[in-house]
Amino acid sequence: MIYNIPFIVVVLLIIVGLATVVFKRNLIKIVIGITIIESGVNLFLITLGYRENSVAPIYTFAPSTKMVLPVPQALTLTSIVIGVAVMALMLSFAIRIYQHYGTLDSRKIRRLRE
Amino acid sequence: MSEMSKIVRTISNSLFPFIMIYGLYVIMHGHLTPGGGFQGGAVVASGCALILVAYSSGWVFKKVKESNLSILESIGAIGFISLAFLGIGVTFFYNFIAGSGLLFGEIPPVGPNSGNLNTAGLLPLMNLSVGLKVIAGLFAIVAVMAFVASRRMRKK
Amino acid sequence: MNMNWLLTHSPALLIAIPLLAAFLTPLIDRLSKRARNVLVLIVLITVEVVMIVLAWDVFTGNTHIYTMGASNPTATIPVQAAIPIRIVLEVDGLSAFMGLISATVSLAAGLYSLAFVRRETGQGRYYTLLLLMLVGMLGMEFTGDLFNLFVFLEILSIASAALIAYRFYRGDAVEGAFKYFVISSLGALMVLFAIGLLYGQYDLLNMAALAKVMKYTMLDKIALVLFIAAFAMKCGAIPMHMWVPDSYTVAPASITAMLVVASQVSLYALFRICFSLYGLTLDVTTVGIIIISLGLLSMFVGVTMALPQKDIKRLMSYHAISQTGYMLLGVGVGLYLIGKPEFSTYGVVAMEGGIFHIFNHALYKGLLFLTAGAIFYKVKTRNLNEMRGLAHSMKFTAIFFMIGAFAIAGIPPFNGFASKLLIYESVYCVSPILSIIAMLVSIITLASFVKVFHSAFMGPPMRNTKEGEVPKSMLIGMVILTVGIILFGLFPGWVVDHIVHPAAQALADQAAYIQAVIGG
Repeated sequence: MIYNIPFIVVVLLIIVGLATVVFKRNLIKIVIGITIIESGVNLFLITLGYRENSVAPIYTFAPSTKMVLPVPQALTLTSIVIGVAVMALMLSFAIRIYQHYGTLDSRKIRRLRE
Repeated sequence: MSEMSKIVRTISNSLFPFIMIYGLYVIMHGHLTPGGGFQGGAVVASGCALILVAYSSGWVFKKVKESNLSILESIGAIGFISLAFLGIGVTFFYNFIAGSGLLFGEIPPVGPNSGNLNTAGLLPLMNLSVGLKVIAGLFAIVAVMAFVASRRMRKK
Repeated sequence: MNMNWLLTHSPALLIAIPLLAAFLTPLIDRLSKRARNVLVLIVLITVEVVMIVLAWDVFTGNTHIYTMGASNPTATIPVQAAIPIRIVLEVDGLSAFMGLISATVSLAAGLYSLAFVRRETGQGRYYTLLLLMLVGMLGMEFTGDLFNLFVFLEILSIASAALIAYRFYRGDAVEGAFKYFVISSLGALMVLFAIGLLYGQYDLLNMAALAKVMKYTMLDKIALVLFIAAFAMKCGAIPMHMWVPDSYTVAPASITAMLVVASQVSLYALFRICFSLYGLTLDVTTVGIIIISLGLLSMFVGVTMALPQKDIKRLMSYHAISQTGYMLLGVGVGLYLIGKPEFSTYGVVAMEGGIFHIFNHALYKGLLFLTAGAIFYKVKTRNLNEMRGLAHSMKFTAIFFMIGAFAIAGIPPFNGFASKLLIYESVYCVSPILSIIAMLVSIITLASFVKVFHSAFMGPPMRNTKEGEVPKSMLIGMVILTVGIILFGLFPGWVVDHIVHPAAQALADQAAYIQAVIGG
């Protein structure tokens, strides 16, 4: 049971993030929502590679060779790197939108909807 | 964002070299321990961001030009891809240095060991170029955002 | 350096050369603007030529495998392991087909941009991002590795989002880019989650190796749903289409032509996942019906929403949604019939129609968007009510627009007719209603484009616009696509036999896909 807790947290994080993206009107909060979903997915990947009573996959002075799976960790790192780029670009869009419309409320930014 | 107080500036000044050394260590040991180009680069860039907060973005842009940062970033990326290209005699990304006895060319021992920095072939070089790209890229992002935001505040 | 060497390494070179050039561009931009343009053009032409050489070899029956960093490009499985652990590029018929589309449209868009963005700032970055988009597309098409697919998907969407917001001084451009980016990040995270689900069960990321051991458990079904939802979202199928008109409208016209291809690359990923990854283990009837209904919805709703539009690019983007429906319909019927005896008769024809339509759509929709950009370049508005009589000064643009409009409506001598006919006659065997809806949509499309042509090009000339045609480089960009349309329209039989058939075969034959990477 105790080893299923991370998966429950993953589901909770993804639901919270999705709710934020769908229901919040503030653009910054939408960006935060996407970041929360991303953390959920990253946690999911990390949890996949976990083994009981094992060490980090580093051979330098390793106390034992029973190690967790390194591949999901590499995937997570890549996903974090991409996440940084995504967040930076989204925030700079938000800055630009704020400069144009003077607001971050998506209900008030409707130039495209006509 | 204006300059912060003297206390903050002094503390940042004294912390800055340690953050730099730690970040460069993480980049350099990327093939042995957790970390590598991105992680170490992020540490170095956060050290630079500390300076940015303590002084002001205007002060930083007097010292470093944004265009120079983007040149550094391009050089990092080009370095990474060129290193991958060097192996094209065999395959793209082929690690031709590993095990060849050149710099970074020793064969690492099997199993738990004390860690030999002089191994892994292309990987440390690639880590260095990724590190350069990440330092320049992240610092440019943070600095430009801070600069735009501070200009906005002054207008109000 | 001989032909064989080039052919062996071309999958990696095609991705690596534009990637290297993308980062060289900002450096050379500093030295000379002209040198930068020359570099970008040389790279785009090289990619096109190498792509044609590679595609030619693939269409004659050789699937190309390239293992990154291995001691031999075809050594997919390392000696120490029993499964492929390196990144494997796999170029089969469909990948080469999609690669040709991306390379051709990028070349046209690159040429067109030379004059089109001349007055804008930050052109160095524009070309960097354009090349990165090409890298993302080619990478998604060639890769045989699920996680690599995700990485290239993200490269593609980050570059596209930044380019949609290229005219950042206009609020609507940034707004459209934000919308696009929220949707594509959500899609990419769904893909990553699905990859995690598959990896957790099988410890594999290579698509061919995964396909071999695929058991279609409950978790696989969840992963499939996530994949289909994410890629349908990215290709702009109807329930998730709201980002398409907003972002296509505000992007520079050359980028809109690239975005059309980018959304088709997502379509490619969707087909690849359904056919090559899941294949016959899938419940093909149900998934086929889902894809067919997505296609029908997109076709019909897209075209009806296009009718009342006044903004020329917005109108065209709704048509893009509607045309995506044809591809989903054609390939969906193929998926519905795969494994059944009817597949060899009309199932494969439906797939050929759907796949052929991808190329045709990229050509004529790209051309239409480029003409819309030419109009915008001249009269500085996209509103159809504010323009008239443009045929007086822009003769070539008017002709190109006419060719594009005939092709999209499926009028015989042009390429749209060829693929639509394949779709009509094959889906008719499944259900006549599908065929009737497809024809009806085609007629409404023609009506809508007649309206556009009339209000933009006919009538007395406008007073306050400058005389003359748009600059030459824009015309050359449009000519490339027009030549493609006419050639494909004149020789559809040859094209279907030599280009489309290998692509459809590659998609239908899952065993060959697995065999190529892991053997046996």
